[in-house]
Amino acid sequence: MPERNRYSAGLLAVEAAGILLALLFLSPFYFLIVNSFKSLGDILRNAAALPAEWGLDNFRKAWTAIDFPTVFLHSLAVTGLSVIGLVIVSSMTAYRIVRRPTRFNRLLFTAFVAAMIIPFQSVMLPLMRITSVFELRGELYGIVICYLGFGISLSMFLFHGFIKTVPQEIEEAAVVDGCSPYGVYWRIVFPLLKPIVVTVVILNVLWIWNDYLLPVLVVNAKFTTIPLAIQKFFGQYLRKWDMAMAALTLSTIPIVAFFLLLQKHIVEGITAGSVKG
Amino acid sequence: MRKNPKRWSEWLQQTVFVGPGLVFFLLIVVAPFFMGFYYTFTEWNGLDPANAKWTGLNNLQWVFTDDSRFWLSFWFTTRFMIVSVVLTNAAAFTLALMLNRRLKTRNVLRTVFFLPNVIGGLLLGYIWYFIFVRGFGTLGEKTGFGWFELSWLGTPNTAFWGIVIVFVWQTAGYMMIIYIAALVGVPKELLEAAKIDGASRGQVLRSVIVPLIMPAITVCLFLTSSNAFKMFDLNLSLTSGGPGYASESIALNIYREGLVNNRYGLGTAKAMIFFIAVAAITVTQVLITKKREVEA
Repeated sequence: MPERNRYSAGLLAVEAAGILLALLFLSPFYFLIVNSFKSLGDILRNAAALPAEWGLDNFRKAWTAIDFPTVFLHSLAVTGLSVIGLVIVSSMTAYRIVRRPTRFNRLLFTAFVAAMIIPFQSVMLPLMRITSVFELRGELYGIVICYLGFGISLSMFLFHGFIKTVPQEIEEAAVVDGCSPYGVYWRIVFPLLKPIVVTVVILNVLWIWNDYLLPVLVVNAKFTTIPLAIQKFFGQYLRKWDMAMAALTLSTIPIVAFFLLLQKHIVEGITAGSVKG
Repeated sequence: MRKNPKRWSEWLQQTVFVGPGLVFFLLIVVAPFFMGFYYTFTEWNGLDPANAKWTGLNNLQWVFTDDSRFWLSFWFTTRFMIVSVVLTNAAAFTLALMLNRRLKTRNVLRTVFFLPNVIGGLLLGYIWYFIFVRGFGTLGEKTGFGWFELSWLGTPNTAFWGIVIVFVWQTAGYMMIIYIAALVGVPKELLEAAKIDGASRGQVLRSVIVPLIMPAITVCLFLTSSNAFKMFDLNLSLTSGGPGYASESIALNIYREGLVNNRYGLGTAKAMIFFIAVAAITVTQVLITKKREVEA
């Protein structure tokens, strides 16, 4: 409820409650960070205390144990290529469906949207067969193609909603001036889609960067993304808490940094995405 | 003849614009989905994909009559979904109401509550695994608070609540953002009119705010229920379905049937039952809440 009066006692109480809740919310990160600096003995003795000395030893060991630079680059390549591909492919599909609503294209739109309720687990076992038949396993392009397939429904849907609001007159003018249909799209329409491109990029980055199950099924050992590396680490060194906490801290840094940099856009993107979704 | 170049150009455009998307969609989503219908009725070990033996209704019969572990996971997942949908949305809505007021720390608080969402479920699960196993123990020792000393991931009941806690912690911030966006859209005149008419805060909330933000409620219920029902990463990293199979989600059960037991046919049959359940739950829920949406 909006408050018309100035900063009141009631508001102060809400503020205090909010701050307390926020601290409680952050406490898991406190445990994560402080323990990544402690020795195993100190962790076992007292997991809640601050470290006696802030050594970087755990980070050094974790860096090599999960081969951080390599898995980071793999995650970056998989996420980057998939998201760029999704933006290009799904925006083009949506554009055509909006501008040429033939019976086929309308049916296609319905199919894309309906497919959104199919849970990943329902298709994953047959998908493994497809990925071996088409030799997509263990290859970077293979996993990127999988993300294109799974991501296109939502991305296309978001672009579709946005493109409907873009006026057509400029496009017609460009055609009169002799611009090709492809030129119209890339030079005139696509630049207008910037706000929704940001939304699509953000939603897909969060999803693909963090995804675990699809990489497990299709990458074999060749492309170890961050979640896979962490999972292996816990499988092998269960209870090597010192290294584990450092590995987890290292792995959360890139995506948290991405979030803090793009915060404002992320909140807007999610809002836009959810209202449409 | 004169029309042909134009038709050709239309075809080319259709192919260039829609073709790639359609191909990926057919290959990665549609084809496996329909293959799933076929494999549901076969015995297939996944290793020798060409050799899926048609066995009719055997898989489905087995799942429905002999597979108590699957139904245990089904029951676990359903309970989990109901409890976490209620708690997540209650928490998210409360946070949204708080942060919709003119607090000085509003932006910082929104960032904090949203933060768990940017980190993947698997990583969050491992962070909490550590907290349940080591952190809570320490807190119990220091504070003498028995609640911390429970074997959090070790008994069926506490494991259930453990996963619920982490799920709510992770998801509430995301739903909060959606609720805040909806609350901002509630016209101020309506709220003032209600106040002048002498409505209490509770009445305003119930009779003005809630009906107006019904679209956001639809979306949030849809997102939380489908995410909770499809839970996999958190489940794997927190409890791996344990103790025993007490906290095994359906998604994890299907995954193991296929990849650990190499019974792909059976796994696919379960995946089809799972699909039907997810579709039924989400569609029903959206239909029910959609009906209650009103225009401002």
